[in-house]
Amino acid sequence: MIANYGYKDGSGDFFITIDTDKCDGCGACVPACPGRVFVVGEDPNDPLREEPVAMVSEEQRKKLKYTCAPCKPDHDRPPLPCVVACPPGAIGHSW
Amino acid sequence: MVTAGIDIGAKTVKVVLAEAGRVLGKSLVLAGLDSAAATERAFDQALTAAGLKRDQVGRLMATGTGRKGCHLTAAQITEVGAAARGMTHLLPSCRTVIDVGAEEGRTVRCDGQGKVIDFAFNEKCAAGAGAFAEGMARALEVPLEELGPLALKSQQAVPMNAQCAVFAESEVVTLIHNKTPRADIARAVLDAIASRIISMVRKVGFEKDVALIGGVALNPGFVAAMQRGLELELHVPADPEYVGALGAALAAADAGPTAGRSSGQEAQA
Amino acid sequence: MSEKKEYWRWKEYRWHDESLDWHDAEIISAGVDIGSVSSQAVVMLDGRLYAYSNQRTGYDSPESARKAIDWAMEGTGLTLDRIHYTVGTGYGRVNVPFADKAITEIACHARGGNFMYGPTVRTILDMGGQDCKAIRCDERGKVEAFLMNDKCAAGTGRGMEVFADLLSIPIEKVGELSLSVEEEPEPVSSTCVIFAKSEASALLREGWPKNKVLAAYCAAMAHRVVTLLERIEVKKDFAITGGIAKNSGVVKRLEQELGLESLKSRYDPQIAGAVGAALFAQVLETKRRKG
Repeated sequence: MIANYGYKDGSGDFFITIDTDKCDGCGACVPACPGRVFVVGEDPNDPLREEPVAMVSEEQRKKLKYTCAPCKPDHDRPPLPCVVACPPGAIGHSW
Repeated sequence: MVTAGIDIGAKTVKVVLAEAGRVLGKSLVLAGLDSAAATERAFDQALTAAGLKRDQVGRLMATGTGRKGCHLTAAQITEVGAAARGMTHLLPSCRTVIDVGAEEGRTVRCDGQGKVIDFAFNEKCAAGAGAFAEGMARALEVPLEELGPLALKSQQAVPMNAQCAVFAESEVVTLIHNKTPRADIARAVLDAIASRIISMVRKVGFEKDVALIGGVALNPGFVAAMQRGLELELHVPADPEYVGALGAALAAADAGPTAGRSSGQEAQA
Repeated sequence: MSEKKEYWRWKEYRWHDESLDWHDAEIISAGVDIGSVSSQAVVMLDGRLYAYSNQRTGYDSPESARKAIDWAMEGTGLTLDRIHYTVGTGYGRVNVPFADKAITEIACHARGGNFMYGPTVRTILDMGGQDCKAIRCDERGKVEAFLMNDKCAAGTGRGMEVFADLLSIPIEKVGELSLSVEEEPEPVSSTCVIFAKSEASALLREGWPKNKVLAAYCAAMAHRVVTLLERIEVKKDFAITGGIAKNSGVVKRLEQELGLESLKSRYDPQIAGAVGAALFAQVLETKRRKG
């Protein structure tokens, strides 16, 4: 499943995408993110899935533009820590 | 020479008349649906306040979201340029200006001469600017100018889930229905706007002294929330909503002899 | 939810299938969808749709849930204690006190959409009171991709309500009125509902008739929704659920831009979430009985 967490408002599209087929719930993304965006647990959108999955926390879901801002400076943007931390490469950002 | 700065904002039009760095007169008028008429009125009122006639004004410069359509002059300066120029004049040690208006929030890093080094906007979303406060004041059934004082009476922080001005209005109605103290709701509203502005400020970074201008800076609850969030004392000038127009008036004086009523030059200070 | 906005009011109702008798059922399951604006309850008998209700959500979610299920059961003789398994969904899903489990709207809309529109449906658009969801599913109603926006009012029922209110037009008439224009106007340029409202006020001042302003807003809303759908890749067949499915002004423009017609169901499109929840309840009860 391709899970898109985030929102689109007047100022743009701010989605973090998690490919749950690739995600095995290892949880490496959780400490890697300085903004505590990720949590790992039972897949809320696939009640029949058995292994845990990573998702964007309820608290951060509607504030991603602001929460992710420190990792996304306008110039010389380094690779995103969450993307780097994920072994199967399940995480993507739309901006 | 007397110069005029005209700041055509989303909600109000401000005019400042200045000479040799001194303000001679100023005026603020609601933009309404006819900003040209509002501009005329503001200009006339500022002239009256300064005891001057139109032909005594040497050069004009427009700023604000409606500057391109200003019928009094084609000379323009961007809002960030005007904010930096105006604020460094009032406070020469200022290096960061946070300007929060009705529909847009801006942050500017500048040098001692008011030259813009870097900037960022919170735009196109009412939640990141004064419109959010207006909507919530309506939902709380208090006049906008009382929102700040009300927030200062808050005893505790209350979380606000909605990140949209439209949804927040419904949330406020529900909070009121569930007997949450109005002061706490007011504080939550201002904390929310402050956190969005601060996030924008952090993106560009800030250096002391930091000033807060624009209409929303008149709200003491908002200023308190900003100071809490940035952990820093902020300089709020008297008449914070006029700083943009002041900056434009000063920029008009800076501009060389070829600039003037019909130059159409875009100055970035 | 604000009482002063009268133009928002739409008809609440309930229904049940009189040809079925719940006494004959092996498994009686229920789904309750508590949205921020409206709530639905569905009762199924061995996976067959038996009863449902659709009403406004009150200030108190648990109370709204109880009212929803009671109203769905009204006149059937069925009582809450006879229901074997209930799944809560929607914004208020954790506040359904009698639910055995809470499952997200995403999963429930995919299941419900599959039931209501058939196994050929692959893309479901749900526009609720305060959210907008785009879901792609397989032939069994399992989610393959999704996107939900509930941060911004643009593209949600509330956004439409603001306009209905501005123009003093009952929400149920908005679609039809917006389609009564001679020529399609330019869509409203601001995404933000607050700014779009100012833009619309200016247009009215310029002399635009109400139907033209509505057309401009419906067009903007349809376009915005298309950009959200494109993020999850639209595949046919396409279906629309939620309150907005009843707004022909947005539906027609959406279909036009996508180049796809949306499937229709004989059931109310607002119950899709609750239907999915009731189906999950059915499956989970079956699993539970197997031990």
